[in-house]
Amino acid sequence: MALSVPRDQHTTDTVLNARSDARAQGGQSTEWMPHLPASSSPFAPAGIDPAALVWGEVVAPGGYTHKVVARGTRIRFDDPTGNACATLVVYNALEPVERLNVADTQKIPWQAYLGAGHPLLSGDGRVLASIVADTSGRHDAFCGTSTDMWNERKYGDSRSEGPTPSGRGLLVKAAAKHGLGRRDLPPSISFFQGVRVESDGKLGWQGSAGARTYVELVAELPLLVLVANVAHPLDPRTDYVVGPLHVHAWRGRPTGPADARFGTAPELERAYLNTIDYADARGL
Amino acid sequence: MTMIRSTVPVGASFADGSELDWAQSLVPGLVVLDARVPPNAPWSGVVAAGQVLTIVDVGGNQSGDCLMYNAADHDERYSAPDTLTWEQNAYVSTGTVLRSNEGRPLMTVIGNEIDRHDTIGGACGKESNTLRYGHHVMYHHGCRENFLAEASRHGLGVRDLVSNLNWFMNVPVEADGALGIVDGLSAPGRRVAVRAEMDVLVLVSNCPQMNNPCNDFNPTPLRMIVVEPS
Repeated sequence: MALSVPRDQHTTDTVLNARSDARAQGGQSTEWMPHLPASSSPFAPAGIDPAALVWGEVVAPGGYTHKVVARGTRIRFDDPTGNACATLVVYNALEPVERLNVADTQKIPWQAYLGAGHPLLSGDGRVLASIVADTSGRHDAFCGTSTDMWNERKYGDSRSEGPTPSGRGLLVKAAAKHGLGRRDLPPSISFFQGVRVESDGKLGWQGSAGARTYVELVAELPLLVLVANVAHPLDPRTDYVVGPLHVHAWRGRPTGPADARFGTAPELERAYLNTIDYADARGL
Repeated sequence: MTMIRSTVPVGASFADGSELDWAQSLVPGLVVLDARVPPNAPWSGVVAAGQVLTIVDVGGNQSGDCLMYNAADHDERYSAPDTLTWEQNAYVSTGTVLRSNEGRPLMTVIGNEIDRHDTIGGACGKESNTLRYGHHVMYHHGCRENFLAEASRHGLGVRDLVSNLNWFMNVPVEADGALGIVDGLSAPGRRVAVRAEMDVLVLVSNCPQMNNPCNDFNPTPLRMIVVEPS
């Protein structure tokens, strides 16, 4: 990306001039950026009181973000162009060894494809987050995200600072900012770009449902959320195509016995019971 | 004085009269390791680059839950999603390259006597068993427990457990996305052979699950044979 102001328009020969020059850059807007306070987000979801927002951000194509949110927080991902791909890993923020377990997330609900009502399960028999709304229906829990090796082979470059960053490279950095290393990164899932298993086992590309879809999660425990917005590894387009990803979150409450989704399947009900049991014992 | 014994279910073992076929290595060569893994037990070993590990399903339809690590850098480990993405297929079969989280080949399936193996269904464990079958099974043994015990012998722990591979286990994905562990496709003495593409630490849990058909409700031994191919 080019410098936003040419060199000859910067006066930075003394500390005071450098300070003035730096401060003159504040207050600008760009297409992808976090909005603070979150209530100032220009893309706040309709019907949500902006004052309740705790996260308002547009994640750049090829960018990543991460946040710790409270139990009960509702998290919404919007794909305004049809080209976002939200690659996600979630952890119990209190004990990050408890983290997304994609195998249990597919096996225990007896369903490989993610959608509304699907729990994101940890390996410890608890629900980290529930998918509570989904207007896309095109998601993937099989392929994880791109590695450096994959993107070098496909695009010729995988560097985070390059034009075609790998998802894993970005997630390694997001994890590191919470003291987590490579061994702390389990398989991830992707929202907004779908894959389907054909009768012979082939993983068929389904791709996007189009522009202006969204997915909403409820954090069932205090949650560390890592997100990379990168081209899906099986995206058949030879160019690295990815669009901006809107992320908003607002205060809410975790799933309880009064919610219809609590008892929709015996496996799910026991997963919520385990989660509530943990939260009660910890005084959450 | 009354002797109080543990009431923890110790896990089933195979019924008397079960057919057992211990077989031999699937590829010829100098045997460098030959281990018999009892029902319910963990196992681990290092397979050097170029060596071939044959896993024998001695009693038939016995899931061998398996994790692999670069023996020189345990941060690099088996990745189910990378394996599936590179193969562009949901099942493990002859020729499948088992890849690491960096995309590199760890092992390659060079011999195989059943249709397919699973790498979607993950491992059973005490906690996840409560979701699947109810809280009354909390004290049953599980593969996650086996993995943790065996991993600890190599300085590894819960942070190092990821989605695993299940030799001889059958998890079909149907057109609507329904998936689950169903009756196996294997039989006594059937084998799979994997060649190490680097020095690989292999962890195996001989699955002790008592509540689904991943071991045909009749847990049997596995045999692990490593050869230097001739």
